[in-house]
Amino acid sequence: MTRGLGRTPYFVVAGGLAVIFLFPLLWNAWASVSGQPGTAQESGHGFGNYRTLLNYDAGLWRYLLNSTVVSALTVTLTLGVSLLGGYAFARFDFPGKNLLFLLTLAILMVPYATLLIPLYVLLGRLHLQNSLIGLSLVLTMFQLPFATFMMRISFEAVPRELEESAFVDGCGTAGALRRVLLPAVRPGLITVGLFAFLAAWNDFVAPLILISDSTKAPLPLAVANLRQQSMGAVDYGATEAGVVVLAVPCLLLFLLLQRHYMRGFMSGALKG
Amino acid sequence: MQVKAAARPRLSPRAVRGLAYATPTAVFVAVFFLLPLLLVAQMSLSDWPLLTGDQGINAPENYTDAIDSTLFWPAVRFTLLYTVIVTVILLTLALLLALLVQESRPAAGFFRTVYFLPGALGLASASLLFWGLYSPTTGPLSRILEKLGLVDDPVSFLGTPTAALLSTVFLIVWKFAGFYMLILLVGLQRIPHEVYEAARMDGANRAQIFRSITLPLLRPSIALTLLLCVTGSLLAFDQFFILTKGGPDNSTVTVVQLLYREAFQRLNLGTAAALSAIVLAVLLLLNAVQFRGLRRADES
Repeated sequence: MTRGLGRTPYFVVAGGLAVIFLFPLLWNAWASVSGQPGTAQESGHGFGNYRTLLNYDAGLWRYLLNSTVVSALTVTLTLGVSLLGGYAFARFDFPGKNLLFLLTLAILMVPYATLLIPLYVLLGRLHLQNSLIGLSLVLTMFQLPFATFMMRISFEAVPRELEESAFVDGCGTAGALRRVLLPAVRPGLITVGLFAFLAAWNDFVAPLILISDSTKAPLPLAVANLRQQSMGAVDYGATEAGVVVLAVPCLLLFLLLQRHYMRGFMSGALKG
Repeated sequence: MQVKAAARPRLSPRAVRGLAYATPTAVFVAVFFLLPLLLVAQMSLSDWPLLTGDQGINAPENYTDAIDSTLFWPAVRFTLLYTVIVTVILLTLALLLALLVQESRPAAGFFRTVYFLPGALGLASASLLFWGLYSPTTGPLSRILEKLGLVDDPVSFLGTPTAALLSTVFLIVWKFAGFYMLILLVGLQRIPHEVYEAARMDGANRAQIFRSITLPLLRPSIALTLLLCVTGSLLAFDQFFILTKGGPDNSTVTVVQLLYREAFQRLNLGTAAALSAIVLAVLLLLNAVQFRGLRRADES
């Protein structure tokens, strides 16, 4: 469709749009190390805003640790549950199979907020209120529709002969899963893990509702709270530094694992 | 229910294995999804202050309280308005982007990655970023507009109800345009080249090809983006919570924000649960309608 049309207009339009899409990211990174009145970095360039962030309330390291714990737990739980579940749905027949699969997908139909209000009460009863473990369990549940769907189609794409040759060698279903199937569904696991990480690292609403102790806040919640620091004064510089710390792992992971990201995307988009 | 089935003696060993592998999924679905759904129904029928917990049935007080609240109808109106504006602008732009960076274009891969990049950020991070970008004192946008001579005074991007709405829409378009572009690109790639060639042989021009080939064949992908975009916008929370805090003068309070305020500022979980149930019912209804519309579109 480019025929009959010089390439210059295309590059002008596509390039202009690229500038618009990149500008906020680049501006934020630059502003976080630039001088602004009312911030720790009054003038010149430097890491004053990052120092504010390091010393804010419980400290940046604390919030990074909280976020890392929640992300690691969510990724591990999501991978474990969806690996076994995907295997079950793809390879076994058991009573209630279709009902359970439909119920898992139905999580997508229910608004986040509708579930978080009762989950707040429920986690209190389970003594998991204000706990990073409770938060991770909830985030894992929200990941299950995509993860289970993804792992089911990953297992279904593996030829049955591969598994059967493992049975011939004397493996049980668990042995076949560990030795033969696990390497075969690795791309699916990477996709599921990547999506679970991005969701857990970035989530704002679940911690906002489920975590009230500020020392247990994950990073997005902490940065949002930090905006109004001392006596209602607004610290734009520290917020910009916080956005950089939040964004860098996501951007790096996306650029490194772009192919796996697209795979998750395609399977999601194709089912529509 | 799964456990009971496992106890039945006639189950084959293979079925027992399958059940065992599915058990973690079943536990998660039962404890963190089905149980909360039952609980939200019970809460919505009960007097349930945040601090003291269940005080017994008071139905239908929570529902009438929720609907009679002065902010309820303004929040519904605002959420609908926001949804319409975001959906129209976002999907139009996403379609234009997808057409712009199709497979055959030079450097298409690079441009796609760039357009998608904001999508890798979290919504809260993106909202915090734009909060700085829109700042009348330190944000760059106001200064750029002044230098270009488009405005005389510093612009207050979040100061009036209209400005706050449009500024939030701009943030969301920036964050999600690349995401919807990708879904539409998947659809575009599934249209066979032969169809285009046949149309060109018949002498169709580009506008005709777009109207009578691209658009109809892209309909399933467009329907998917529509469903995702409408659902996501109706449930909008993070962007308004962080960027506008519902202001100015409560002009940008969405339904989910109202739900949050009811629960954690007015400390009334019962009314918040009633609002949750209303939101759930509306969404299920909407999904059913869209699903039927989709199916009819497929048949025609």
